[in-house]
Amino acid sequence: MSSEAVLDTGTQEAIDIDRSKGDFSYPESHKFDAGVGLSPATVDYICDVKNDPDWVREFRHKALKTFESKPMPTHWATKDLENIDFDVIRYYLSDGTKPTRSWDEVPDDIKETFERLGIPQQERAFLAGVEAQYDSEAAYSNVKEELEKDGVIFVNSTEGLKEHEEIFRPWFGKVIPTGDNKFSALNSAVFSGGSFIYVPKGLKVRHPLQAYFRINSENFGQFERTLIICDEGSELTYMEGCTAPKFETTTLHSAVVELVAMKDAKLQYITVQNWSSNVFNLVTKRGIAHENAEVRWIDCNIGSRLTMKYPGVVMKGRKARGEVISIALANSGQHQDTGAKMIHAADETTSNVVSKSISVGEGRSTYRGQVHIPKHLKGCRNNTECDALLINSSSRTDTYPAITVRGNQHATQHEASVSQVSAEMLFYMQQRGLSEGAAMSLAVNGFVNDLVREFPMEYSVELKRLIELEMEGSVG
Amino acid sequence: MSLVVKDLHAAIDGTEILKGLSLEVPKGEVHAIMGPNGSGKSTLSKVLAGHDDYEVTGGSVTMDGADLLELEIDERSRAGLFLAFQYPAEVPGVTMANFIRAARQARMPEGEELEAVSYYKDLYAKMDQLGIDRKFTARAVNEGFSGGEKKRNEVLQMMMLDPVYGIMDETDSGLDIDALKVVADGVNSMRSPERGFLVITHYQRLLDYIEPDHVHVLADGQIVRSGGKDLALELEARGYDFLKEEVVVAG
Repeated sequence: MSSEAVLDTGTQEAIDIDRSKGDFSYPESHKFDAGVGLSPATVDYICDVKNDPDWVREFRHKALKTFESKPMPTHWATKDLENIDFDVIRYYLSDGTKPTRSWDEVPDDIKETFERLGIPQQERAFLAGVEAQYDSEAAYSNVKEELEKDGVIFVNSTEGLKEHEEIFRPWFGKVIPTGDNKFSALNSAVFSGGSFIYVPKGLKVRHPLQAYFRINSENFGQFERTLIICDEGSELTYMEGCTAPKFETTTLHSAVVELVAMKDAKLQYITVQNWSSNVFNLVTKRGIAHENAEVRWIDCNIGSRLTMKYPGVVMKGRKARGEVISIALANSGQHQDTGAKMIHAADETTSNVVSKSISVGEGRSTYRGQVHIPKHLKGCRNNTECDALLINSSSRTDTYPAITVRGNQHATQHEASVSQVSAEMLFYMQQRGLSEGAAMSLAVNGFVNDLVREFPMEYSVELKRLIELEMEGSVG
Repeated sequence: MSLVVKDLHAAIDGTEILKGLSLEVPKGEVHAIMGPNGSGKSTLSKVLAGHDDYEVTGGSVTMDGADLLELEIDERSRAGLFLAFQYPAEVPGVTMANFIRAARQARMPEGEELEAVSYYKDLYAKMDQLGIDRKFTARAVNEGFSGGEKKRNEVLQMMMLDPVYGIMDETDSGLDIDALKVVADGVNSMRSPERGFLVITHYQRLLDYIEPDHVHVLADGQIVRSGGKDLALELEARGYDFLKEEVVVAG
């Protein structure tokens, strides 16, 4: 691995250790490579390789035009976005491996990568289904027999749009229109991989479904597209975790995730992401909650150069509920620009946003929130809490809450705090025998503890460990 | 084997608070330090624990022969020095059980994991002894604790970490008589030939329950008088003022 000279040794060490599970790669032998740069020919290339139906080809080409016509959102966002050079990015790579169902069919070197990521063990232990992504094509996907029997569809998006068009197409691009923003347009033009899940009426999926995403090629943008539909009265928890090896040059990740919770359905989407510090992570995530349905985003952002992600819920039906719970940790050289969008579009809808951020070293975290409650509705409620913890004197945090409430029959509440780990707290903990670093990471874990509990067990353990590792370079 | 303080000078922000303090606490003994407000009692406990705000400008402190002042705060703790704080800090989001566990884990050799079942068994036994409700294991360290609960938890931590020398900084302040008895019983149960205590207090009351072997009077950064437990009674009866007169006469 070559070094990244811009980072100081302490930070570099923290990042190096951090990648203990993801910091490795194998020789690449991509049978399909769309080359660098983006043009109509690139889109056609992707369509040809993936054997896309005509409606998808058309969708992609339209999206490319939208992408080209949209300006970068630099009037409000960080200038760092301008450093993305779209002409040097490869938009599609695949080793030609067809999505497979059984473990035996997975090529050995891919298997080896997965084993280092711990997927087979986890699957054996408790997972109902796993879809793992190696580069842009799902190399391994598996849905347990019982889920299939129950009518659950859990495939990659390519298979979803081909084999289940009648369910896929009506919702695809409807929660997040192509033109929502420049990056949703980009994703719509060149997407590959990601998951498609359909849970039939009334079915409560007991075990969380899980996908692993991983970037393995230098200069390679990943554009997953995920669509999850929970039919009436059904329940699902989906978990997405990311580890990535580090690269010498900038890597772009721009996913689009659309969730649909029909009447009385409950859909929970959990993300733990831990990108290497050269990744631009520009993600659009939104869910629609119909009558009495619930959409929850539980989101943890660690790593990356710049993350811009504001999971949203459109509460479209009466008594729909939306929730975003997020943890962000920004170390030196990183900017976590995260938040939530809560769009109330029906009476008696309820939304809750709890965001906690930690800025370490020169790290910067930004909370951007949008809550929209129009005048013609009644009985809507929103609660927003955002707390920031600053570790070093050079750390930075900003909060931009935009709460628009019209009419007088609503209740909203907003709380924000900025705090530091006090010297007296550290002294107390050190007096009990904890090193300064251990004391700091315990204090930080304490800060996010109530949110970490929202994550499934194995994620919360991993999270605590990640936070400990990130804190190692922050003191001394 | 003892905790030896020799001619200790310490300052905060350039102002000297300890002005040549000498003291020896052998293992197996309980020494009390009494003194009026501003005499340097709390400074002494913080300097011994290694607080960064204080600068040691002269003298030495050794613990069983080892130079204590050379060690970091956490190294002093792991070497066997425990400070029961007058005002323990709150640690939001960290449960009592996890906090004490982390402190115990810090004493384990590299690569060894604390055994959870025996840890909780030990923790519950000591909580029962101190009359602490088991629900406290799930509460954040000192957050929302009453004064009495904080002090009990300091003693609980001391019992769990099994130090060689325990410093009690005004542990009696803010305690009602029942809580005082429980805390004193806890300390008394830890008295052993293998452990020394330095009990810092403003009032004689605590010493009715934790009977000291020696009493020292601290005034203006120095030990001005040492004696047996009767000295505490004399102070209680006559107040600190008579000592000031003696200092003036001696000076």
